[in-house]
Amino acid sequence: MSEQKIDGFELKPGFKGMASDTGSDQTMFKGVHWGKAMMWIFLLSDTFVFSCFLISYMKGRGSTIVDWPNTSEVFSLYVGGVPVPLLLIAIMTFVLITSSGTMALAVKYGYEKNRKMCGWLILATAVGGLTFVGMQVFEWSKLIHEGVRPWGNPFGASQFGSFFFMITGFHGFHVSIGVIFLFIYTYKVFAGHYESKKRGWFTKMKGDYVEIEILGLYWHFVDLVWVFIFAFFYLW
Amino acid sequence: MEETNKMNETTKKDEQTSTQKIGIYLWIWLLLFVLSFFSYMVDWYQFQGMLRWSLILFFMFLKAGLIMAFFMHLFWERYALVNVLLWPMTAIACFIFLMTAEFKYTLFSRFFYFVVGGA
Repeated sequence: MSEQKIDGFELKPGFKGMASDTGSDQTMFKGVHWGKAMMWIFLLSDTFVFSCFLISYMKGRGSTIVDWPNTSEVFSLYVGGVPVPLLLIAIMTFVLITSSGTMALAVKYGYEKNRKMCGWLILATAVGGLTFVGMQVFEWSKLIHEGVRPWGNPFGASQFGSFFFMITGFHGFHVSIGVIFLFIYTYKVFAGHYESKKRGWFTKMKGDYVEIEILGLYWHFVDLVWVFIFAFFYLW
Repeated sequence: MEETNKMNETTKKDEQTSTQKIGIYLWIWLLLFVLSFFSYMVDWYQFQGMLRWSLILFFMFLKAGLIMAFFMHLFWERYALVNVLLWPMTAIACFIFLMTAEFKYTLFSRFFYFVVGGA
């Protein structure tokens, strides 16, 4: 969260505040750490990338004259001989939301300088992310065994495979990168880099718990994208 | 008088460094679980057609809104940042609109030439 008070500048609320912030001949995002602003700009551009994937999926699915595979059957799992529709995807969704919640709490505890709590919660988030990627690997290999390929599949329209691998693959890649960074930041928090103001890589910036919020923004974004993929690709 | 002024200053300082209460995060977390459960139920009960699509979109936007507003703190950010982030979404909406027209045209041509066999 941004600072509520800045020396030498009156922070007005609402749209008036927006006008005076933008027209102040100074930094525009008042009280927002530059790293956080840059993360937001990156996430905005990433939003456009994922939107392009999902829109091309809409265009591909909408324009095929062959029936689209029934996702609730394709992604069903057999539990005791009974097919449960979308079971794995539902579990993945819950795992990702759980990890998003632990991350939100980690940010909160980080700002309260509660080092131990923050560290454990980031570790929990990393484990959740790892579980998610593991389940995605299982899902991919299952579908590949059943004959789903980017150029065709036994269930219906041949575009299904390419959209599936591209969209979930790109999302899974984001999750994997996030997991790597979550583990790195678990170490940094437990090692006390934010108490000793140790500098990070490639930067003169002194270590501060705002980095945890920046990491959190990325992680919540990954969850946010999954909300859209879950709705449009799996449920629609 | 001076006492109260001092009091005000200390509470102001506390406000500056304090974070949101834990309750709000737990509530949002719970709500996200409930909404995800509901959107899974849309498939479980095999709702079809307009009902299915509107329910999916409703739960999706609600979840996305909660994550952005509270987990990503946009609810507490200044409008200068919030507006820079949200207005570009209208470009995506335009793109969706354009591509909807495009896929309808492609579908029409495919039916016309591949199924009907052309004029």
